[in-house]
Amino acid sequence: MNRSVVITGMGPLCSIADSAESFWDALTQGATSITPIDTFDASGFSCPFAGQVEANVRDWVPKSYRKATKVMARDTELAVIAAKIAADDAGLLTSGSPEEELESTNGFQINPIRTGCQIGAGLIAADTAEMSRAVVTATDDSGTFNTQSWGTEDGADAGMNNLPPLWLLKYLPNMLACHVTIIHGLKGPSNTIMGAEAGALLSIIESARVIQRDAADMCLTGGAESRLNPLGLLRWDYAGRLANLKDQSDIDPTQAIKPFDSSSQGSIMGEAGGMLVVEEESHAKSRGARAYARISGFGSAQSLNPPLPIFNETPPTTDEAMSRAITTAIKQAGIEPHEIDAVLPLGIGQSDLDIREANALRNALGEHAETVSLVNLCNRIGNTLSAHAGVMTAAGALMLHHQHLPANTTTLSNSGFFCPDKKAELHHVLICTSSLAGQCAALVLSKL
Amino acid sequence: MPNTTINLPDEQRVVVTGSGWVTPLGSDINSVWERLLNAESAVAPITHFDASTFATNFAAEVSDFNLSDFFDDPKGTHDTAGRSTQFALAACHNAFKQSGLDTNPIDPTRIGVYLGAGEGVLDYEPYMAANVAAWDHDARAFNPKTWADVAYQGMTPAPELEQEPQLTALHLAKRFNAQGPNLNCMTACAASTQAIGEAAELIRQGDADIMIAGGAHSMIHTLGITGFIRLTAMSTRRDDPTTASRPFDVSRNGFVMGEGAGIVILESLASAKARGANILAEVSGFGSTADAYRITDIHPDGQGGAGAMQMALDQAGINPADLDDNGRPLVHWINAHGTSTQENDKTESNAVRSVFKDNAMKVPFSSVKSMLGHLIQAAGAVEFITCLKAIETGVIPPTANLKEVDPVCGLDHIPGEARDCNPIGGVTTTLSNSFGFGGQNDCVCLTKYTG
Repeated sequence: MNRSVVITGMGPLCSIADSAESFWDALTQGATSITPIDTFDASGFSCPFAGQVEANVRDWVPKSYRKATKVMARDTELAVIAAKIAADDAGLLTSGSPEEELESTNGFQINPIRTGCQIGAGLIAADTAEMSRAVVTATDDSGTFNTQSWGTEDGADAGMNNLPPLWLLKYLPNMLACHVTIIHGLKGPSNTIMGAEAGALLSIIESARVIQRDAADMCLTGGAESRLNPLGLLRWDYAGRLANLKDQSDIDPTQAIKPFDSSSQGSIMGEAGGMLVVEEESHAKSRGARAYARISGFGSAQSLNPPLPIFNETPPTTDEAMSRAITTAIKQAGIEPHEIDAVLPLGIGQSDLDIREANALRNALGEHAETVSLVNLCNRIGNTLSAHAGVMTAAGALMLHHQHLPANTTTLSNSGFFCPDKKAELHHVLICTSSLAGQCAALVLSKL
Repeated sequence: MPNTTINLPDEQRVVVTGSGWVTPLGSDINSVWERLLNAESAVAPITHFDASTFATNFAAEVSDFNLSDFFDDPKGTHDTAGRSTQFALAACHNAFKQSGLDTNPIDPTRIGVYLGAGEGVLDYEPYMAANVAAWDHDARAFNPKTWADVAYQGMTPAPELEQEPQLTALHLAKRFNAQGPNLNCMTACAASTQAIGEAAELIRQGDADIMIAGGAHSMIHTLGITGFIRLTAMSTRRDDPTTASRPFDVSRNGFVMGEGAGIVILESLASAKARGANILAEVSGFGSTADAYRITDIHPDGQGGAGAMQMALDQAGINPADLDDNGRPLVHWINAHGTSTQENDKTESNAVRSVFKDNAMKVPFSSVKSMLGHLIQAAGAVEFITCLKAIETGVIPPTANLKEVDPVCGLDHIPGEARDCNPIGGVTTTLSNSFGFGGQNDCVCLTKYTG
């Protein structure tokens, strides 16, 4: 079972990029984009700012598929666009490629049954505007929603008939992977993993395992999510994962969120699609693919005490499960902790969570944790939940590929000091994250 | 036989050492099994909410369920757990007990969780109040500011966060001290079969010694039922709910919603032997494919489902063309996905025929959804446990309400009455199929453990 897995394509679709090239430019220039939410009036919510993506899914699907975009939730749109960017970046020709490309000799025609698809996804909130419009047709005299009036016995225009027939299909979390597999004709193992901030990393790990066990040669993998909607903003606020920046219209939100810094005002969300193409190494070589980095180790573990306002307990100040996941990944990579040259942590900017993560890094890396370069993304694009670790992994792969550190790296021992971008000899990069529900995952990427 | 699971070293062989479920026919493994063999239906008018005016007003509900029947101290940590999470806690409690892990714990970092648990039930009253208040009748538009104001007043953190599907796996991890890999997948109706299959692979690849695997779900609530009514996927046989779920029958007209949980303990053979655990069966094969066809339809040939079955058989080293010395195919039962929709039952039958070809008419084929309804994300795990019971007892449960087999579904059906296979050598190998909306197909092969 010695099948090595490499990253051969990426679609880092986030508030600062829509391709491998633009992402690398943004990272080296220290670009950030966290802006007032512009898709609806978010002024009633604690955090009306977010990292937002500008892209129209209709521009990214085959013409014949445009009609199907009507049943895509925002999360699905982000996954579909990011997957297309990643497939193109890897030089893949799929059933989603235009005919003229399929006829050319540039690119690699995938083998459908040997190509899998694992996507980290979140719970998709039903569109509140659509729901609101429908439920007001089914209220009783006191103005309360009434299920009897919601039923359809009263005729064709009764309550629930105000929702479109395919309403449910828009909100099933597996629709991200379903649309991606249909567009590209991917018939291998396919899964949808619900792991919030750990979702994409758990998906990438599963893809690597699928390839290692010879159930596929390559997978489209990663995650996508957008909670930039009323229910999403409410829930993540209730989860204690959003800064309270209400009525502070003059604030610079990129200065409000400061990972690992005690003066951080809290976290801010973003929307993103973070998709990758991962591939068995000899398969990639034989088709002459450019590989960014090798996935040399991974691990995952569960914290029993994630800080959630539903358990009546005080969480420990270190995330022991995260240090265990990191240690497992480093061991599997066959290296020592001090050989990690840079870390992409979650760095959510919420101090209780950052302290747990920093202590987990200290437990796993020892003294090296204080001085190793940290590359934080939450303060650049927001916490993009199920997409986040996909974008992090893309950043780590680019760093190894370019042998270069992005601008504004920092360290645990001096979190207020930001380095300019610079050439660096990078052998191994660690990516680690923990989720709302305490799922922890870590990945070691290595230079090829 | 090279490359088959049963020839692997003990560390890479995966066996089942515990099982538990909460179903519409009860929570005790053996008594539910008896009721299934007797073709009893759990389908009745919905009581969870007033569905009297709904086109489908019936379902298979879990009744008389109390977490305190399973735990001495159900409150505290699980105080806020949603309905399906409570089902999972109860099912896992019984699975743990059967596996002997309750009295003989092992290294918690080597125990993981892989569920196909569904989302929790909306906190309807305050959620609907916000939606109603936010509609500006004069402007005929939605007002997000009003929604926020009303939502912050009425909606509270615990019920909102408990709806996140991975919270079920967190509750299990806390309760049963499982600190290894923890995942939750949502591939609709295929989810818990996929969770069991991937959990077995995690053990095979050394990421854990023991996995708590399965699923839990309840969609018997206003918008859950609404969604499937709008898709016209459910039976509307309001005058005769108990026979509404009739897989493979010529008069079938949709599925019937169920709810519940199924949890199994998967373990490396090495770990099970070291603990002296009782082994229920071996997970000998797993297959997973995508149709990559359409969002709303299954591929008419059932090629995705066939691919998943073939992949599971390949891993188990079983050739579907082979017959044993008594002329029986090597698979003794296919636990069908068998939802009672026109489309699924037809394409699944095509898939079985394309895999087993000349032997297809000799492979017993039945669907317990005829009695339990469709437990959506929990369906695969509960059906996996029926495969364990078939292997243990040598008896195959029937498809209830199957009076006239649809000619397009022609296979070796088991209509109405259970089939005792003990006179012909019992049941040693089963397949369990689960196919999800959007074309996600999973199949697990279970084999009697003989050493």
